[in-house]
Amino acid sequence: MSEGTGGQLDWHRPSPRLLTLRRVEVAAVTVPVAVAVAVVLAFSAAWAAVVGAAVVLALGALAEWIARRRVGAWAYAERGDDLLVRRGLLFLRLSVVPYGRMQFIDVTAGPFERSFGLATVRMHTAAAASDARIPGLSRAEAARLRDRLAELGEAQAAGL
Amino acid sequence: MTPTDGWHRLSPVSPVVRAGRAAIAIAVLIVPTALRGGADLERDAPQLAVVAVLLGLGFVSWLVTRWRIDADDLRIETGLLRRQSLRFPLAQVQAIDVVRPGLARMFRVAELRLRMAGATGATARLAYLPERDVEPLRALLLDLAHRGVSDTAPEDAGEERVLTSVPTGRLAASILLSDVGFFAIAILAGLLVAAVEAPAVAAGAFGGGAVWAVAGLTMLWRRFNQEYKLTVAEAQDGLRLRSGLVALTAETIRPGRVQAVRMVEPFVWRRLGWCRLEVDIAGRQRRKGEGEAQRAPLRAILPVGSRSLAEELLARIVPDAPTERLRAPRRALVKSPLRYRFLSFGRNETCVVTTTGRIRRVTAWVPLAKVQSFRRVQGPLQRRLALASIHLDTAGRSVHANLRDRDVAEADAVLEALVPLARAARRSG
Repeated sequence: MSEGTGGQLDWHRPSPRLLTLRRVEVAAVTVPVAVAVAVVLAFSAAWAAVVGAAVVLALGALAEWIARRRVGAWAYAERGDDLLVRRGLLFLRLSVVPYGRMQFIDVTAGPFERSFGLATVRMHTAAAASDARIPGLSRAEAARLRDRLAELGEAQAAGL
Repeated sequence: MTPTDGWHRLSPVSPVVRAGRAAIAIAVLIVPTALRGGADLERDAPQLAVVAVLLGLGFVSWLVTRWRIDADDLRIETGLLRRQSLRFPLAQVQAIDVVRPGLARMFRVAELRLRMAGATGATARLAYLPERDVEPLRALLLDLAHRGVSDTAPEDAGEERVLTSVPTGRLAASILLSDVGFFAIAILAGLLVAAVEAPAVAAGAFGGGAVWAVAGLTMLWRRFNQEYKLTVAEAQDGLRLRSGLVALTAETIRPGRVQAVRMVEPFVWRRLGWCRLEVDIAGRQRRKGEGEAQRAPLRAILPVGSRSLAEELLARIVPDAPTERLRAPRRALVKSPLRYRFLSFGRNETCVVTTTGRIRRVTAWVPLAKVQSFRRVQGPLQRRLALASIHLDTAGRSVHANLRDRDVAEADAVLEALVPLARAARRSG
C-alpha cells in the first residue's frame, strides 16, 4: 500500500514489544474479570461459572486480535522532505508532515511503556489538527528519530 | 513619548475603564429596584462595595503593570503577588488590533492587542493606552515586526486604498436574515404573540421572557456593533480592517499572514446573492472570560456582500485562486447525502479550494504555502464506496480545507501532486 506516496517506500513499524505490551494490557484486564465473573456465578451454578469465564476469555481473545491488527496497522516512513505516518484499522489514516513544518517533537514514555523499554514520538506543527504520533518505538529508535527529525526540521524550517 | 526606550505605564484611567464595565452591569441591576422601592443604600451596599473593590484591584494592577519595547520583543511585566514577565517576539505578530469600547472612547484611551502565532497563540494586551499614542505605537510595532529594531521614527505608512465598505442597511438586513437574527426574531415574535393572545400568561412569563428578549437583542446588537461600517483597506503594512459603532475596532493583518479564506453562504442569503467572506490567521481560539469587545476577534472582511464583490476581495488576498471545480463522484451521495450537492474542490499550483456544507454553502481557500500537514482519511463506509478524504491542516483557528469523499484513485493522485507543490510553495514564499 503506497497511498499517494509514489514509488517504493521503506516503511518502518513499531517495535514488536509494543504488541507484547498490548497483550499484557489485554490480559491484565481479561483475567481478573474472568476470575471475578467465575467466582460470582459459582454461587448459582458451576456450569454458569465456566460459561461466564469462557465468554470473558473469548472477548479477551477478540480484544487481543484487534490489538494485534491495530499494532500491525502503524507504520512510518521517512522521505526526503516529509514524514509519513500510517495508522488505523477502521479509519485508515495517512499523515504527511513536512519536516519544515515541525515546530517541536516530544518523546513520551508512560510507566508501562517504560517498563517495556518503549517510547512514543509525537510531531507537532502549527496546526492543531496535524496528527503524527508513533507509539511503541524502542528507546534507541525513538531517540534516533527525534534527533533526525529535529535536524531535518532545523534545516528545512519555514515560517508560518 | 519615544516608545523604544525605557519602561512605560498604561494610561492612569485604565482601572476606571475596566471597572466601568462591572459598574454598568451593577447599575442595571440596582437602578430599577431603586426606582421602584426608593433608594436603599444599605441593601445595595454589597454591590457598591464590589465596584469599589474592582476599582481598587484595577488600580493596583495598573500600578504594577509596565511595558517596554526591547530589541525585537514587546515585554510586559504585571502582577503584584505573582509577578509575570511576558515577552512577545515581534517577528511572530500575526495581527495588531486596536480596540476601543464605548467607555474607553469617553476617556480617550484604547486597547492594543498583538495576536501572536506559536503553539500557545497568546495575545499581548495593552489596556489601556492614551488614544494619541496608540496609532504611532501600532505603526512602530508593525515596522519592527518587519525589519527588526530601528532608531528612526516609523515613517508614515499612510497611503492606503479602501477596498470595500459595507452599507449599514444591508448589514442590518443581513443580520436579521442570519441564524442569529432568526433566533432573536423568533423569541421576540413569540413574546409578542403571547402578549396579544394571552396577556395574563404573558405577564407571568414576562420575567423569564424579558431575559430571552434581552439575550436575543444583545446578540443582534453585538453582531451589528462589531461589523458596523466595516471598511477594508490595503496598505503597506498589511490589510486594515476598521469597524464598530460604539466599540471601535481597528485591525491590521500583516501581509502574507492570512492562513485561509472562507466564504459562507447561508440558505436565505444565497437567494439574495449575498455571501460573507472571512479570513483566518494563526493563533489559538479566544479564551473564556474576556470582555465582550475583546471576545469576538474580527474575522469577517466582508460581513455581507455580493459574490462579485467577494471575489474581488478574494483576488487581493489569494491572487491566484483556482477557477474550475471538480464535483465529488455520484456515489458520495450515499456517504454524505446532505452535503453532496455542494461537495467539490479545485486546485492549481498554489492554492486549493473546497466547497462543502449541508444547508449553507461554505467555500474555503487554502494557499498551499500555508499548509502544515496533509492527512488522508478513509472511514469504513468510504472504503466500501472506494472513497477517501484529504485534509489540509493549516495553522488557522477554524478554517480547514477538506477534500471530502473523492474517488480513491483521484485522492491518491491529488495527494501525490499536492505534497511537492506545497513544498515548492513553502520554499518560494
